[in-house]
Amino acid sequence: MKVLVTVKRVIDPYVKVRVKSDGTGVETANVKMAMNPFCEIAVEQAVRMKEAGIVTEIVAVSVGVQQCQETLRTAMAMGADRGILVETTADVQPLGVAKLVKAIIDREQPKLVIMGKQAIDDDSNQAGQMVSALLGWPQSAFTSAIAVNGDSADVTREIDGGLEKLTIRLPAVVTTDLRLNEPRYVTLPNIMKAKKKPLEVLKPEALGVDIAPRLKTLKVEEPPKRSAGVKVADVAELVAKLKNEARVI
Amino acid sequence: MSVLVIAEHDGKQLKPGTANTVTAAAKIGGDIAVLVAGHQCADAAQAAARLAGVGKVLLADAPHYAGAVAENMAALVQGIAAQFTHILAPATGFGKNFMPRVAALLDVQQISDISAVVSDDTFVRPIYAGNAMATVQSADKVKVITVRATGFDAAGEGGSAAVESLAAGPDAGLSKFNGQELSKSDRPELTAARIIVSGGRGMGSGENFKILEALADKLGAAVGASRAAVDSGFVPNDYQVGQTGKIVAPELYIAVGISGAIQHLAGMKDSKVIVAINKDAEAPIFAVANYWLVEDLFKAVPELTQQL
Ligand SMILES: Cc1cc2nc3c(=O)[nH]c(=O)nc-3n(C[C@H](O)[C@H](O)[C@H](O)COP(=O)(O)OP(=O)(O)OC[C@H]3O[C@@H](n4cnc5c(N)ncnc54)[C@H](O)[C@@H]3O)c2cc1C
Ligand SMILES: Nc1ncnc2c1ncn2[C@@H]1O[C@H](COP(=O)(O)O)[C@@H](O)[C@H]1O
Repeated sequence: MKVLVTVKRVIDPYVKVRVKSDGTGVETANVKMAMNPFCEIAVEQAVRMKEAGIVTEIVAVSVGVQQCQETLRTAMAMGADRGILVETTADVQPLGVAKLVKAIIDREQPKLVIMGKQAIDDDSNQAGQMVSALLGWPQSAFTSAIAVNGDSADVTREIDGGLEKLTIRLPAVVTTDLRLNEPRYVTLPNIMKAKKKPLEVLKPEALGVDIAPRLKTLKVEEPPKRSAGVKVADVAELVAKLKNEARVI
Repeated sequence: MSVLVIAEHDGKQLKPGTANTVTAAAKIGGDIAVLVAGHQCADAAQAAARLAGVGKVLLADAPHYAGAVAENMAALVQGIAAQFTHILAPATGFGKNFMPRVAALLDVQQISDISAVVSDDTFVRPIYAGNAMATVQSADKVKVITVRATGFDAAGEGGSAAVESLAAGPDAGLSKFNGQELSKSDRPELTAARIIVSGGRGMGSGENFKILEALADKLGAAVGASRAAVDSGFVPNDYQVGQTGKIVAPELYIAVGISGAIQHLAGMKDSKVIVAINKDAEAPIFAVANYWLVEDLFKAVPELTQQL
């Protein structure tokens, strides 16, 4: 079966982000970028399913600026077979991403779509569920295990109280949680191989999708700072502070 | 204005985030209705009717709403959406699962995880793991919103809203609910606890979490964890606090053997008082702590339990 995965290019999760002084956003110039960690998990899952003989082809899709080609190359170095970039410099919000991804799904007809649960820049946690709704397909969000059995899949989802198990009909959309797998590192030979894999570039207009933003960002600010704390010498001092100063115990 | 709040509940009682979401609805203004959907959840509907500020409760009781399966929840909400200007749910695993589906069906860009209401179309939400706060204005006709509970006080009791039955929609039949494995605990729930004691990789093993549990029991606290502690298998996934785990803001958060990665801080830095215990004097967690103790946790934690 064919699997489609989505990969977003984001600021590296271990970089400390800085809010721009004019309040319009965060600093992205000369900042290290990376594949969204949840998308890495999505690619890894697809590749493992291909290695297990369940999946025949993996198509990776990204929406964004030209440099997203690098992110697609990384996905191909991990094992995706080809890439599709919907190239735009516009701010595409999750509903717009979902509509673009749906348009590509209509064309590609995959049996399974694996997306990250959340992009760690906008922290929206929406696009996967939206794609699933637009297609009228079943969804499994925050997935920590998938077993495909013919025309359905048994999935385990992480929920607030523990775990939940569902059987979903295929085709379906799955979003990944952290514990689905541990993504592999890309190797140099695979990076070289990935350079030869097909990468198609499309414009949103070619897909006939309206991606006009619905949310306007009025300002972006630093969160309130916590005031500096104090070092305590020992447990006795800690207990005294908590009792007499903070009065929380 | 007419606001719909979708209640998270276990059939009998409301889950903690629901009352906070009602407060967010009150800040938007207008009439507030609460939807209680589930199977055999009349008690939860009564609990919703007692929340202050609630005008009416809509009860949708059918077997295919058990477990709040996303496809069925979204279709139900879509069916009544035209009556409302705003649709809100807590930004918990429950709300995050089906609300984007509601938004897509209504052709609306959801506003995720709001921590403040500026006006009926403008809201504040954290981005980049809470390292920046964005103020966003929605141009959509209906606002579909998930609410970060720690940004709003819980609505009190004292209401006496009428409970109306809502005809159940069809079962989409796209997925089959095979049950849940819930972690059992006599301790308070993480998102409702006044005090939380959290352990990280420094705990070394699941067995060692016993010393944290002893401290938690002494304080009547909930137990949480960093991702590293969960990934190492020390504790179940639902203990995880952080950007991609639970967001908490208790009166007292005690971080033990946790380094303080930004993804962890994202989930707890709004706590009123933060205590950090770490043997590394350079641990980044100390930057957000009110009180910090540089010591081996295997010495400090039992001592703390004993001195309380
Ligand atoms: C996409 C993404 C999402 C993430 N989401 C989350 C999330 O939601 N929540 C989360 O927590 N993390 C999350 N992380 C992981 C995060 O980046 C860190 O890796 C993680 O928080 C580290 O956990 P830790 O502090 O327990 O472990 P470490 O960083 O290994 O720190 C262990 C600490 O214990 C101390 N220690 C060790 N032994 C002792 C001792 N005997 N006594 C006292 N102190 C001791 C050490 O000095 C050290 O500071 C996420 C990461 C990514 C990429
Ligand atoms: N611009 C994008 N390009 C590719 N995939 C995306 C993009 N935006 C979101 N996604 C996918 O949708 C998931 C959820 O994103 P979000 O709803 O923005 O938190 C991400 O983990 C990605 O897999």
